[in-house]
Amino acid sequence: MNAERNQRLFSSNFIREALVASVIKLHPGKMARNPVMFSVEIGTGIMVVVTVASLITADQSLGAPGYNGWITGLLMLTLLFSNFAEALAEARGKAQAAALRKTRTDTLARRIEKTGRHTMVSASELDRGDLFLVEEGELIPADGEIVEGLASIDESAITGESAPVIREADSDRNSVIGGTRLLSDRILVKVTSQPGESFLDKMIALVEGADRKKTPNELALTILLAGFTIVFLLVAVALQPFAAFSGATLPVASLIALFVCLIPTTIGGLLSAIGIAGMDRALGANIIAKSGKAVETAGDVDVLLLDKTGTITIGNRKATRFYPSAGKDLSEFSRLAAISSLADHTPEGKSILELARQNGASGEDPDWPDPEFVPFSAETRMSGVNLPDGTRIRKGAWDAIGDWCRRDSLKAENPELETWVRDIAAKGGTPLALAVDNRPVGVIQLEDIIKPGIRERFDRFRKMGLKTVMVTGDNPLTAAFIAAEAGVDDFIAEARPEDKLGYIKKEQQAGKLVAMMGDGTNDAPALAQADIGIAMNSGTQAAKEAANMVDLDNDPTKLLEVVEIGKQLLITRGNITTFSIANDVAKYFAIVPALFTISVPGLKALDIMHLGSPESAILSAVIFNALIIPLLIPLALSGVKYRPVGASVLLTRNLLVYGLGGIAVPFAGIKLIDLVVKQFI
Amino acid sequence: MNTEILGVILMYAAVLVLAIPLGRYIGKIFNYENTWLDKTFNPLDKLFFKLSGIDPAKEMNWKQHLVALLTTNAFWFVISLFVLTNMSWLPLNPDGNPSMSWDLAFNTSVSFVSNTNLQHYSGETGLSYAGQLILMLWQFISAATGIAICAVIFNAMKAGTTEKLGNFYSYFVRTCTRILLPIAFIGAVVLVFNGTPMTFEGKDTITTLEGVEQNISRGPAAAFVPIKQLGTNGGGFYGPNSTNPMENPNYLTNILETVFIFIIPIALVFALGYVLKRRKLALMIYGVMTAGFLCLVVPSIYYEMNGNPAITEMGIAQDMGSMEGKEVRFGSAASAYWAINTTCTSNGSVNAMHDSMTPLTGMFAMLGMMINSFYGGVGVGFINFYVFIILAVFIGGLMVGRTPEFLGKKVEAKEVKIAMIIALLHPLMILGGTALASFLYAGNPEAYAGWLNNPGYHGFGEFLYEFCSASANNGSGFEGLGDNTPFWNVATGLVMLLGRYLPIIGPVAIAGMLASKKYIPESAGTLKTDTSTFGVLVFAVIAIVAALAFFPALTLGPLAEYFSLY
Repeated sequence: MNAERNQRLFSSNFIREALVASVIKLHPGKMARNPVMFSVEIGTGIMVVVTVASLITADQSLGAPGYNGWITGLLMLTLLFSNFAEALAEARGKAQAAALRKTRTDTLARRIEKTGRHTMVSASELDRGDLFLVEEGELIPADGEIVEGLASIDESAITGESAPVIREADSDRNSVIGGTRLLSDRILVKVTSQPGESFLDKMIALVEGADRKKTPNELALTILLAGFTIVFLLVAVALQPFAAFSGATLPVASLIALFVCLIPTTIGGLLSAIGIAGMDRALGANIIAKSGKAVETAGDVDVLLLDKTGTITIGNRKATRFYPSAGKDLSEFSRLAAISSLADHTPEGKSILELARQNGASGEDPDWPDPEFVPFSAETRMSGVNLPDGTRIRKGAWDAIGDWCRRDSLKAENPELETWVRDIAAKGGTPLALAVDNRPVGVIQLEDIIKPGIRERFDRFRKMGLKTVMVTGDNPLTAAFIAAEAGVDDFIAEARPEDKLGYIKKEQQAGKLVAMMGDGTNDAPALAQADIGIAMNSGTQAAKEAANMVDLDNDPTKLLEVVEIGKQLLITRGNITTFSIANDVAKYFAIVPALFTISVPGLKALDIMHLGSPESAILSAVIFNALIIPLLIPLALSGVKYRPVGASVLLTRNLLVYGLGGIAVPFAGIKLIDLVVKQFI
Repeated sequence: MNTEILGVILMYAAVLVLAIPLGRYIGKIFNYENTWLDKTFNPLDKLFFKLSGIDPAKEMNWKQHLVALLTTNAFWFVISLFVLTNMSWLPLNPDGNPSMSWDLAFNTSVSFVSNTNLQHYSGETGLSYAGQLILMLWQFISAATGIAICAVIFNAMKAGTTEKLGNFYSYFVRTCTRILLPIAFIGAVVLVFNGTPMTFEGKDTITTLEGVEQNISRGPAAAFVPIKQLGTNGGGFYGPNSTNPMENPNYLTNILETVFIFIIPIALVFALGYVLKRRKLALMIYGVMTAGFLCLVVPSIYYEMNGNPAITEMGIAQDMGSMEGKEVRFGSAASAYWAINTTCTSNGSVNAMHDSMTPLTGMFAMLGMMINSFYGGVGVGFINFYVFIILAVFIGGLMVGRTPEFLGKKVEAKEVKIAMIIALLHPLMILGGTALASFLYAGNPEAYAGWLNNPGYHGFGEFLYEFCSASANNGSGFEGLGDNTPFWNVATGLVMLLGRYLPIIGPVAIAGMLASKKYIPESAGTLKTDTSTFGVLVFAVIAIVAALAFFPALTLGPLAEYFSLY
């Protein structure tokens, strides 16, 4: 899906759109956001005046009109290339966002009025707080929370995942997205966002540039580049009196050419494209970031809080064995296990029922009609049933059951249970205790399967300096076993929401940046506290509000991708900056000798590239300077490949490639261009 | 091996051997650890603080440090102005030298307060001994100012989050009493035994071999010269500075004086390693500085030892190398070595005439001042280097995909802005000043004919050198320049003041702001700043920011001269 989407990105549509936009973007008001390119624009403006003046007056000191014209044209081209890069990145982002948004623009909504009747309105007229009804087969008109009902929904338009998902009122999965299709049942939904203010709308605004704020690092880099621009402005301006002292005359065109070549136009021209491309990549990974800063911060994360289930282990734990306590036989235990899990729709509950059925218990027990179900709660950490005869059956973690039963009698009466619990846990399984009327009757063994390849992935993160923390409701023994198997650095066992929050706060106090993913309402405080909080799209509105990113795929491993996208963003900027500045060495050696060889013939020795003539040397440098921008657009948009190695190795490698490369490439490039250009002079 | 080169290697080795323990000692002083001089100086320190009513235990934030620095400097500046303009009637004037005019006194005071020591007078005739002593006092004050503020930055670089960065006055007094005074005293004793005058009596009269009577200026020169070298001051007791045999009698004293140029700037780098407990970081900094220094000094010695091709063409053998403007008792290698020493640090004392050196040596001397942080002036050399580290950290941090951090503190827009302004300042003043001078001269060569004895490339080089020297607070000159005119006095005066205080204020602000930020412990993803790779990056930043900006100017000066000569 993503590959297919990316493939379309360099299509001719985008290029046409970007070409038009790159001319519109020449507006000085827009250019002023970028000091480097703005100064190129001013230089171009001066050159237009100089070219016209050199045409109509015979003033030799202004330089030859043809030469002036060429320089003016090349500078204009430099500007257009830079604008084109930005426009192309924007076009890509817009297309990705539009694909996500397309479906909902024309949808009709069945809005419930205060009178209780419903009227048909356009989706765009829905306000926050409005209620609407969706029937089977219809498109959901807007983002919202299910107030009433349970339904299966096809979210493939947004996530690309074809399997339908279940959404239900009053659960942690009560949220629906505009543009998705209801496959069954009917639901009453409350609108959660103003029109034009949904996450997707925010993201589109971020890519489109209108709302784009510079991220902190982008701001600092812009300052650095502006500083370089001033230094080289000074170099160029001071050169005129220097030359006057030496009796040389310098045409304005050559000075402006020197200035434009020395200032970091390569990174200046690509800077905003890189930023937008980072957002594009996030969007391409089906992540909606609420700000560019969030994507950038993701690259700085030190600690990842990962839910065990779905991230580290495949799907869910399965019940694999029953351990009835002395005095209970397997079939009786299976009966109890089955009835306790009848209404338990968690995957674990279903697997218990499955195992019980294999042992001959159906769960539909004629002796115990109409059981009252007790749902799982985070506080008791148990679920179960209350039977009409007053019998209470509970299942849950060993210590939760221990709290429920009388602890002192527990050990004395059931020494074997304690052993089983420990054995199961030591093997990485999860023991689930079953108790009837405050008396334990046996243990259910649940087992986890660790995802293949996850260990290697964590090794990579360790090399990047990231600490991975597994969050699980398991007891510490089980957690330790799985943690060791999967190769995470730390774990939070028997985790309650406040434990997560506490862990995040502790790490932050030590100066670490923490990222986590969550879906439930009770995750909201931790999501808000974390530096990067990613909410699952299926999660509650509260979780989504608290997070700074939303993952449309509900994929817990997405956290890892987000970190890489953030790092890639910074690395791309850093490396192109280095490349751009390193280019100056060659440009100096091309232009400075060319400026003075006539008045100071000895300086010909500095022309180590042996360029054709002073004019062709300067033109070649300017052409190189312009061409390098479009040549680097693919790199800027797709990002420098991130390798998960330590910072020192990465620095050495990138210095070699972009630093040394940045010195060497323009020497070769300018020489090659000169070989062509000198044919025409 | 050639004994001249051996002498140079010996001088560098001596510096290194002495700087390592001295760095440790300075680190102890900054850390308030016990040293063997405490017994002598603790009571003295206490007396100073009691008399001045300053509480040396009161911790200051970075702004308070800067206020303390500027007020101390301003206070002594006024006193210096008073003494210089009233020397004629003040005591200690056996030769009856006149008072300075207000403008010359102003220029001289600015020059000494800024650790520049550009001298538009000759000590023998322009100063009384009271004047010499007040300038000698300045040589202590400006050196101690730089070292004390450097200690503040070291303090700010420590782990943890704090606004409190020690007490400026305390660092200042400890620097004077425990570092500068003892070493200067040793140097003075050596000089006295080698014949440098140390007296408050007036001129001596001798009869030369030709039978002519000659007046020989004397004075407290032996006390003056060591601090001149040690504090990277460079202002000579006599007009000709250390070329004068009274100030630098023989090869032995030349070794001593050369060693004194480098010893504190290098020791401070090691002191950083001791204070922060980061020896590797200190080694990285030392490595980059040394690599840069070698790039400048090796070719300089080579060109000076190989003579001047114009003289070779005249058929004159130059076995001793290019000896124009050099002292026979030092030779070409030791003179070239001193020239690069004195320009890499902001010292500015000379033992040969830089104006007469071969073109590339002149260029390397200028590069030393343009970069001004290959060891650099006492305290301020490291402070300049700190700015380059911040810039390198920023670029390097991005290159490894993390918001840049230096020693656990995030480097953000504000710090980058200040670092960039400071990095800009030096090219602005040098290129701007030279451009102004060139513009004036090119517009009306007759009116400004007095400025230059050598028009052409070398004349341009003289302009460039003068502004380099003022902006880098160096104080040496291409002495062919007629610089005692209103234009040069005013222009260089302003440049000296800006070039001194802004590059102190900026980095102290950066360090202070970083110190108050949250401390982030290192991880494998953090850019390590104590590696050779990072050193390469810093070197590249220096080469591109500090050196390349001057490439066109150097092309029209020394490079053009070189290519037309060779």
